[in-house]
Amino acid sequence: MSKEPVAVVGVGQTKHVAARRDVSIAGLVREAARRALDDAELSWADIDAVVIGKAPDFFEGVMMPELYLADALGAVGKPMLRVHTAGSVGGSTALVAANLVAARVHGTVLTLAFEKQSESNAMWGLSLPIPFQQPLLAGAGGFFAPHVRAYMRRTGAPDTVGSLVAYKDRRNALKNPYAHLHEHDITLEKVQASPMLWDPIRYSETCPSSDGACAMVLTDRAGAARAPRPPAWMHGGAMRSEPTLFAGKDAVSPQAGKDCAADVYRQAGIADPRRDIDAVEMYVPFSWYEPMWLENLGFADEGEGWKLTEAGVTELDGDLPVNMSGGVLSTNPIGASGMIRFAEAALQVRGLAGEHQVEGARRVLGHAYGGGSQFFSMWLVGSQPPAS
Amino acid sequence: MPQVLKAPLAVEFPFTRSLGPVQSAFLTGLRERVLLGVKTVDGRVLVPPVEYDPVTADEIRDLVEVAGTGTVTTWAWNHEPRRGQPLDTPFAWVLVRLDGADTALLHALDVPGPDAVRTGMRVRVRWAEERTGAITDIACFEPYDGEPEQPAGHSGEFEDAITGIVAAARLDYTYSPGRAQSAYIHALSDRRMVGERCPSCRKVYVPPRGACPTCGVATSEQVEVGPRGTVTTFCIVNIKAKNLDIEVPYVYAHIALDGADLALHARIGGIPYDQVRMGLRVEPVWTDGSRFPDHYRPTGEVDAEYDTYKELL
Amino acid sequence: MTREIAVVAFAQTDHRRTSDELSEVEMLMPVLHAVLDQTGLKTADIGFTCSGSSDYLAGRAFSFTLALDGVGAWPPISESHVEMDGAWALYEAWTKLLTGDADTALVYSYGKSSPGSVRDVLTRQLDPYYVAPLWPDSVALAALQAQALIDAGDTDEPALAAVAARSRTDATTNSHAQLRGSVPQGDYLVRPLRTGDCPPIGDGAAAVILAAGERARDLCERPAWIRGIDHRIEAHGLGVRDLTDSPSTRLAAERAGAFERPVDTAELHAPFTSQEVVLRKALRLDDSVRVNPSGGALAANPVMAAGLLRIGEAAARIHRGESDRALAHATSGPCLQQNLVAVLEGDPR
Repeated sequence: MSKEPVAVVGVGQTKHVAARRDVSIAGLVREAARRALDDAELSWADIDAVVIGKAPDFFEGVMMPELYLADALGAVGKPMLRVHTAGSVGGSTALVAANLVAARVHGTVLTLAFEKQSESNAMWGLSLPIPFQQPLLAGAGGFFAPHVRAYMRRTGAPDTVGSLVAYKDRRNALKNPYAHLHEHDITLEKVQASPMLWDPIRYSETCPSSDGACAMVLTDRAGAARAPRPPAWMHGGAMRSEPTLFAGKDAVSPQAGKDCAADVYRQAGIADPRRDIDAVEMYVPFSWYEPMWLENLGFADEGEGWKLTEAGVTELDGDLPVNMSGGVLSTNPIGASGMIRFAEAALQVRGLAGEHQVEGARRVLGHAYGGGSQFFSMWLVGSQPPAS
Repeated sequence: MPQVLKAPLAVEFPFTRSLGPVQSAFLTGLRERVLLGVKTVDGRVLVPPVEYDPVTADEIRDLVEVAGTGTVTTWAWNHEPRRGQPLDTPFAWVLVRLDGADTALLHALDVPGPDAVRTGMRVRVRWAEERTGAITDIACFEPYDGEPEQPAGHSGEFEDAITGIVAAARLDYTYSPGRAQSAYIHALSDRRMVGERCPSCRKVYVPPRGACPTCGVATSEQVEVGPRGTVTTFCIVNIKAKNLDIEVPYVYAHIALDGADLALHARIGGIPYDQVRMGLRVEPVWTDGSRFPDHYRPTGEVDAEYDTYKELL
Repeated sequence: MTREIAVVAFAQTDHRRTSDELSEVEMLMPVLHAVLDQTGLKTADIGFTCSGSSDYLAGRAFSFTLALDGVGAWPPISESHVEMDGAWALYEAWTKLLTGDADTALVYSYGKSSPGSVRDVLTRQLDPYYVAPLWPDSVALAALQAQALIDAGDTDEPALAAVAARSRTDATTNSHAQLRGSVPQGDYLVRPLRTGDCPPIGDGAAAVILAAGERARDLCERPAWIRGIDHRIEAHGLGVRDLTDSPSTRLAAERAGAFERPVDTAELHAPFTSQEVVLRKALRLDDSVRVNPSGGALAANPVMAAGLLRIGEAAARIHRGESDRALAHATSGPCLQQNLVAVLEGDPR
């Protein structure tokens, strides 16, 4: 028996900002959910189940917050699932929801992800004073910067590539009304002159800390037929995990990322991702991860990813636009960041991405990762239903 | 087997919670000794007022004042109050349906003993002397045998309404790192780095995690590694971390100790930060009273060839 | 025609008050090995892996990432995690198998209550604005529910004591149980609940393997077929709900087909004696049904794993031929806010 095709018929997100001081946690998630329902022209009663994701509970100081959020999300009397797969969680959450439709357990599912970072401080949550463990000596960027250096050493990429990514993503964000950072006076010179925080990573090459939520309505073929606006169709989706830090791990290009992409491409019938995929929303918390993921995801040969960036291929008007929304570099409500990638991919193939729309985008990849570059989730969505 | 290590772990943070309009009105009302409920579309009055109707999921904002008197709908006698609870003498937990409300509020009831409380008894709010706009502005409930109070019909609008609360939370744990890490930490006290080898893939993990993460089997064969090692990669930290007393810039490096199959992370010293390089040979520098090496410094050996450590990056 | 999916193997730790000599992965790994050994499968043979655990219980963010070490996720595996009881991880795995993307799934969950004070930790689940600042602990909330049941005439203290005694007596044949045999009902912890009405606090882990169709028959002599599984959540506020009833359990049971034919066995995740009263009513279980032959959560309650244990125990009875049709239930949240019901059947003998 074949799977039920899955369609995205509603997308909603909040305007991401450093601190949403006018809403509760429930108010924040509700706003994204309401917008997704409005996009789909559905009501709470049309939703069969709710699948919610977020990063560690310590970030808001609420254990299993889905219990408290059940009322706000119209979940009372319905099934509600809570996913947590570290930074990839926004993507994984969407895939868990998609499976409910694909398996014909439910017809229409609301999925959402959020983080309200202003309730605490992510670095506090990440660096609890666990006894007997050496304190983390370098902050979040310090965890990733050595891998960036390893990438540079391995590929010989010029050290300007990171600033090109940041400059591009911040300019893309200006076209996205929901993006957190709107740096109207951004220039490449400003990026390159920004302080070197964790050499080789500059301040302007790091992601902000955001409050935000993102929601999607996923539905079956019948639901898609009723949808008021064009749906995005899921052509493939996968999760892959490998251990945290292990002997032989390739932190620059993790095997789990390669395997995850390969699985998605197989499902979607993608033979050559560079040719067959029109645009990518990938999880780039530090600018250098763009060239690294371009290789990991098969858009460039090993050692060649930075050349695509340098040649402008990943610009909004380039041949393979990457992070049209402005990406994680412009918006980072941690638990929602993965789902925003998935949602932006859906908006692109629906032709509803507004000013940051890629003309004629038919197949777009959404990508998320988390943990120590160990958890991956991806989906490929298309403007046409999948061939059955 | 060496003694299992244990140490206290306090997870504590003052969470800053912004409020939606209904919550803001309710908590500001408590500050002003006004009790507010919220009316659903079908006319029920919910106290405490929630932002979304639990039945229909409607957003609800229609505030209505209710009385400070009410009826106990269920109770439980708490003879040993715990940290953070409303009273520090024995009290009853109660759900109270305030007069004018259709749902019940959870709080404490101050009575001398369990014989003084029953379901259906009448109670009234006892306000806290100092009120800030928090659920704890209700100090507790107390028995009441008078007439129901009559709410004044407050609109729910206040001057200088509060928009947020600070919710401090502390949980205390006793952390124990388990067998493998305990053994590693015991060895550190002799300034030895002892990892464990996987019986299946033969890789040496330091610090050991109890399981070989790729084979999923227990590691147990202890292997002393280092003390020297190679810098496989690094970054230069220019931003001062809040909780660290280290002058910037400094180098944070991945170091593959000789004999280990996985790099560990540490600071590099004894060399100008801008002269640290991949392949640098280093050794630990210990300081008295510190469990871990304070930092690693150059050994003076020639740098390791890239090919010898590229698998350990 | 949907795919037939069964529980084909189940393993658990001995549940203990403390396991401080073991890290979480050290506690979990033997259970993973045991459940794989029952089927002869290796990690690489498993199509999908899903786990359930809680950072708050562990006192550490991302605690599940180190537990993954025990799986041996190399080459990389298709894997997911819920911040919920393992019963919901099983539900996610069940949907994955239904899609046909995988034929087998490893489901595990674990929880160590010994490092923290679980009564206080669970207060962090409550409405963070109106309720959590009062720190009403889990026993207090269950006691409010118990008093409501007593007031409604649904039970009384002797009846609750009988539930406790029956559970711990039944647990005498369960070598994994933490509390078994003759356990005094004790003093009030929070009246009307006495220590005997409350679950033991402890550490433990559970693991289950699911398989679809013929694969299940290959791996298990008598698979426990999941005839239905569903879960539902209720409103969060205790003052909004009728604490003497569990409409979400009833609805989940209906959706899972529990009422289509009688079950002979029910494993109920009722950490407090009074909650068994609520669940029996919601599930319409009469005295002909064997309730919690394992001793249930009153005999061992490793938080985050206790729900998955119920499904495992029910399945194991089918595997052993001691049950033909069993109901398993899991709960989450204060006073039974969220509930899952699975109906398991063995092939006719």
